[in-house]
Amino acid sequence: MAPITSSLFAISVFAPLGGFLIAGLLGRVLGDNFAKFIAILGMLIAVVFSWCVLGNMLHSGISSTIVPLFDWIHAGSFNVSWYLRMDMLSVSMLTMVTSVSLLVHIYSIGYMSHETMPTYRFFAYLSLFTFSMLMLITSDNLIELFFGWEAVGLSSYLLIGYWYTRPSAVAAAIKAFVVNRIADLFFLIGICVLFILSGSVFYDDIFHKIPELANTQYHLFSYGFQAYEFIALLLFIGAMGKSAQLFLHVWLPDAMEGPTPVSALIHAATMVTAGIFLMARMSPLVEFAPHVKMFIVIMGATTAFFAGTVALAQPDIKKSIAYSTCSQLGYMFVAVGVGAYQVAMFHLTTHAFFKALLFLGAGSVIHALHDEQNMFKMGGLSKKLPATCLLMWIGCLALGGIFPFAGYWSKDAILEAAWMSGSTVGYYAWIMTAITAFLTAFYSWRILFLVFHGKPRDQKIYDHAHESSFVMTLPMCVLATGATIGGFTLAPYYIGKYQLAFWNDSIFNAPTNHIMTLMHHAPYLIAKAPLALGILGIIVAFICYIAAPRIPVIMASGLKGIYQFLLNAWYFDKLYDFIFVRPYIALSKILWKVGDQEIVEGMPVAVARITDRSAKGISWIQNGSFAFYAFTMAIGLVVVLATFLIYH
Amino acid sequence: MMPIILFYIFAVILLLSAVMVVISRNSVHAALFLVLAFCNASGLFLIAGAEFLAILLIAIYAGAVMILFLFIVMTMQTNLVQLKEGMQHYLPVGFCIAIVLVVELIIVAINWHIDPNVAEAARQPLLQNMSNTKALGSLIYTNYIFLFQMAGLVLLVAMIGAIVLTLRKRPTNRRQVVARQHMREPNQTLEMRSVELNKGVDDLGGYLRPKETYYGIAQEDSFGPKPGDKMDITEKRQEREQSK
Amino acid sequence: MNILNTVGLAPYLIVSGLLFTIGLFGIFASRKNLIVILMSIELMLLSANLNLIAFSSALENLTGQVLVMFTLTVAAAESAIGLAIVMVYYRNRHSVEVQDATMMKG
Repeated sequence: MAPITSSLFAISVFAPLGGFLIAGLLGRVLGDNFAKFIAILGMLIAVVFSWCVLGNMLHSGISSTIVPLFDWIHAGSFNVSWYLRMDMLSVSMLTMVTSVSLLVHIYSIGYMSHETMPTYRFFAYLSLFTFSMLMLITSDNLIELFFGWEAVGLSSYLLIGYWYTRPSAVAAAIKAFVVNRIADLFFLIGICVLFILSGSVFYDDIFHKIPELANTQYHLFSYGFQAYEFIALLLFIGAMGKSAQLFLHVWLPDAMEGPTPVSALIHAATMVTAGIFLMARMSPLVEFAPHVKMFIVIMGATTAFFAGTVALAQPDIKKSIAYSTCSQLGYMFVAVGVGAYQVAMFHLTTHAFFKALLFLGAGSVIHALHDEQNMFKMGGLSKKLPATCLLMWIGCLALGGIFPFAGYWSKDAILEAAWMSGSTVGYYAWIMTAITAFLTAFYSWRILFLVFHGKPRDQKIYDHAHESSFVMTLPMCVLATGATIGGFTLAPYYIGKYQLAFWNDSIFNAPTNHIMTLMHHAPYLIAKAPLALGILGIIVAFICYIAAPRIPVIMASGLKGIYQFLLNAWYFDKLYDFIFVRPYIALSKILWKVGDQEIVEGMPVAVARITDRSAKGISWIQNGSFAFYAFTMAIGLVVVLATFLIYH
Repeated sequence: MMPIILFYIFAVILLLSAVMVVISRNSVHAALFLVLAFCNASGLFLIAGAEFLAILLIAIYAGAVMILFLFIVMTMQTNLVQLKEGMQHYLPVGFCIAIVLVVELIIVAINWHIDPNVAEAARQPLLQNMSNTKALGSLIYTNYIFLFQMAGLVLLVAMIGAIVLTLRKRPTNRRQVVARQHMREPNQTLEMRSVELNKGVDDLGGYLRPKETYYGIAQEDSFGPKPGDKMDITEKRQEREQSK
Repeated sequence: MNILNTVGLAPYLIVSGLLFTIGLFGIFASRKNLIVILMSIELMLLSANLNLIAFSSALENLTGQVLVMFTLTVAAAESAIGLAIVMVYYRNRHSVEVQDATMMKG
């Protein structure tokens, strides 16, 4: 059974690569439609096989299995191989990623149908993106993971900048790439330090050595740190970049410049979840870094709150949802930080469903309105787009954490885990995430009310709106099903009574870490508070945007400072522009004007000038008279002799 | 005592003749003084016990090299050309340098000490017991055989080099073209003449000679200088003088 | 026959040094005559040979004398080539003056 399963597993990982290669390289020859078909076929194979693998895993209870492919690097004690790691963590991610990606692929047929250029390139990139993410999650060592990590960055760059004729898209692509690169540097250093410490990059080797190396000190600038704290911090900074946590989140809203299916893919499955996955994968290490876990909780809770507030004020439908993702990732990091990795993975999975749904729904709206993204020009679209409206309602119900939709189960679990961790940061996280639960519900229904209800604000746009085609609504229906039933069907496996058998040791909890059992014993009020706050948020949104639409206008003009603060996302872009970009440009200008033009270019010119002048000066020595040459030689002899006599 | 007296006699004559080599205006005199210097040097060699080399020095320098010098000097007739008067302008500086060099060399020579251990290690007592020539031979043909062969090669190269450098290509030079020789048939080159009785070859227009001239061959093969080429400055000068 | 027992090493070295200096001086003082310069070089080589002979005798080691043989060989070759060069030079420039030999620059 196991060999067949591992073969299916490997095929499932590499099928998107095949789709990418055929569609990308031969798309021009094969024709646009055939290339699309190949890409979707690759994804379909991947999905079917990944579900088979999942079924086998659940059925037979295989624990982690290594699927060897081939060797990569053998240099001294540094060994890296292309091995795939098949355990429940990677298989559950595999299934989720391939499924969402397939739906996005199918959706893209409809969404990209208005493009004038052939779109096989887009489908090839989507497949590459999926393959990169699969490589990341199925890696067996950190270098392989880093390969997938970078490949994800590359494909996101390609996709965000897909409309490369738009300067804003190119700028956003570069921004995403650069911000991720900054974080990746820390990640890479983390890998290096880990390799120095444990002598291997394979997970198994590292995890085996962890207990004995737990108290090792790492010295940097003559300060001693506990080594695992240091490494976990570096890895977390890497994860912050990919998962758009506070300070490194700036690329995520700008990434909306890409086509909407890309946003769905980035936010649901392939990119931002990488950071959470990394933390879950490295859970045996993170468990030994209590201070970093506290830091993760603080960062996660703050990000959740920050992004929730910013999402309140965004007029752009996609940006609003993008900040919502940022906020939900904050939730997941809170769960990671309190040691409930299973909960983080649970929320990751449910979030994938409803966030993909929301983005595809937003895409459907944008598509229907001919690329209009400003929510204040929409309104009353429920009559024109009934299916999209219904699906978006389901997505928002899930996102807002309303019983019995998916978000309710995972979000409540996070809040309970945060409360029951019992630490100060846990309470802080609970308060922040509870407030954010209110904000989440508020901005979700703000979107719904602004887009689908009330009166049309722009009659012209309203008149031209049309319901999306079947290829677009079908994937959304599938996702909506997931968002509806995903919570209570998956909860027993991910966090409930079957969790030990389900995860099968692929996620590590320290012996002292009982959060997974404790969280089910949260006080009643604490457990139900998020739901109540969510419903309150819906009511407030209803009052603000349906019952009394003047309230937000008055508030925005009355609290202009706060409104501007939120609208500009706490001025992070301006701050970075001031702190980093401008000094960097100034420095570059200095290096360009002085360093390059004056010194680098000046040096050869000066050398040439000096050579020329000195050559002219001393060329009289080469007068061609051999008497003079002999004379010089004689003087040299005398000098050598004199030197010999003096120093001997 | 006798060797010391002889040493000083030889040394003084050596140095004086060396000075004369340098300062004499006539190159022939200079060459002859050089011979004298070498003869005295070989005397010094003898006092030091290098009998074979003393003879060798006289044979090579007085016999061969000096003849070469005199030959060149006389060929070039430099003794007839009035050498320009006046010292080179670095002479004062050169004189100072020479003085300094002498002082330095003498200081080196006087302060020279031979470490007794080194002297003991360098001694070759076995070779001291046989005659100098035999001892040298036993070294040259054993330990230094390769160097000896190399010295022979150096001489060969020098010989060829000297020939190549001084070889003149004149139109009148008769050169062997082997290919042409091989392709030649008797009737191309020889003709039969019947010579009458009591008449010499002069009456027939001289000796029998090849039908084709050298020039024709040279032009055909484009080998060597063309007829009418003036190869060196001497001939041009001579022509110029004749035209005057 | 060891010269240390008769004349001593220093007189040989001094005579050799003087001879070398005379040869060197001759190169400058040679009134522009290339042939005399060649002779001066012969003198300098002779002084080197004298040195070698003196040390060979003083150390009772024949290697010095072997070296003199090679030096003589090289000196003979050198004078042959040198004279050939002088010959060609004279033929081309019709002069043996040192001052005229200024073609060694590019």
